[in-house]
Amino acid sequence: MRILEMNHVKKVFDGEEVLKDINLHVDEGDVVSIIGPSGSGKTTLLRCATLLEQMDDGNLIYLDKEIVKSVDGKSDYRDKKLQKEALSYFGLVFQNFNLFPHYNVLKNLTCAPTLIQKRDKKEVKEEAMKLLAKMGLEDKADAYPSQLSGGQKQRVSIARALCMNPKILFFDEPTSALDPELTMEILKVIKDLANEKMTMVIVTHEMYFAKDVSNHMIFMENGVVVEETTPERMFASDNQRTREFLGKYHDQL
Amino acid sequence: MNFIDICLQLIPGMLITLEIFIITLFFSTPLGLLVAIGRMSKYKILAGFFRVYIAIMRGTPLMLQLLVIYFGPYYLFGISIDSSYRGVAVMIAFSLNYAAYFAEIYRGGIESVDKGQWEAAYILGYSKRLTFFKIIFPQVIRQILPAMTNETVTLVKDTSLAFSIAYAEMFTEAKRIAAAQTSMLPFVAAGVFYFVFNALIAFLSNRVRDKLDYY
Repeated sequence: MRILEMNHVKKVFDGEEVLKDINLHVDEGDVVSIIGPSGSGKTTLLRCATLLEQMDDGNLIYLDKEIVKSVDGKSDYRDKKLQKEALSYFGLVFQNFNLFPHYNVLKNLTCAPTLIQKRDKKEVKEEAMKLLAKMGLEDKADAYPSQLSGGQKQRVSIARALCMNPKILFFDEPTSALDPELTMEILKVIKDLANEKMTMVIVTHEMYFAKDVSNHMIFMENGVVVEETTPERMFASDNQRTREFLGKYHDQL
Repeated sequence: MNFIDICLQLIPGMLITLEIFIITLFFSTPLGLLVAIGRMSKYKILAGFFRVYIAIMRGTPLMLQLLVIYFGPYYLFGISIDSSYRGVAVMIAFSLNYAAYFAEIYRGGIESVDKGQWEAAYILGYSKRLTFFKIIFPQVIRQILPAMTNETVTLVKDTSLAFSIAYAEMFTEAKRIAAAQTSMLPFVAAGVFYFVFNALIAFLSNRVRDKLDYY
């Protein structure tokens, strides 16, 4: 089943085209990694998919519902109700966590399911505790975000996204604000989610992690998709630019 | 007349000072929030209107504003004013003036909250209004508490400006008694009153800060 589809996405910032006719298709159970140098447009693409940024042209489809249509060469964002509905389909994990500092860990998880989704408080709390246990944070339920390490914060923010029961989870450079040790911690959590067949789209600079965890890789540069294929083929690519980019990571090792 | 007698005589005036203080806070804190939201509006005309409002309120003396609001109806429209309007004029002038100062404090506080907080709430399905009241504003309160306390302490002292339209708050009364008795004691009593009042505010502010300091 197709979870997400974006077609012919264009985005211009200050006269500069940061996304030029991008297509992105994600099926249920897919783990898609988007890699590329800084300024390639990968984060912008993610922000368009999560409605934090508006596309100039292109459409956006979640679960066969056309959330944003392309009308006369322009994306049409007038249907706010549809966008609201789309928000219930996906979750997003931010680079810098964006936990709510005035809520404890448990309330960070339960606030939206109870207040927005109007689910039963007790049931949500139980689910939240299960998620925290899964993240190895059951003893942190009463802690405030300021008392946590970066890795713990990011695990809370993943749990917060999961507590909404999304159909698809986006990660925007989830480990960029973390040191290598904490990075491993987060990558393991994402890997576990992949094993549970969680549908995910991950923007990352961790090439080997991307290779390890995803079944589809997209290499973007200057607002276009240079290459997209399986991780194995990506790393064995004949494409000059792909080799060059991945080569830099080879050299680091 | 001894000090105790003077203090007793000042009690009605103190109550009026307290009244000005409480009513001004009651109206200007929410009004300030509305002004701040208007000032940050994406509608340029609205934002411009509130920008000018704040500039005038902060750029001219409160005493002048008080006189304009008190005498304005008569000078401008020939509406005769009776003494019962004095108290009303004081509350209006103080509330409008303090709303402008509070608005700038709110604005600073709101803008200091990371925009990632708005984005995270949006992704979780929060409406703008819910985000503001549940996520942003609680963080703003902690942020702006010191500045709000400062402004509140200034308000206590500013109540004495009601003297300029002969509204019988405590300072007006103290001056009257001082003149009648040719004594400094009423001024001392007034000074002690303001000082204790402000010490109380500082104490309460610290208590609130401790309460908000849970994260």
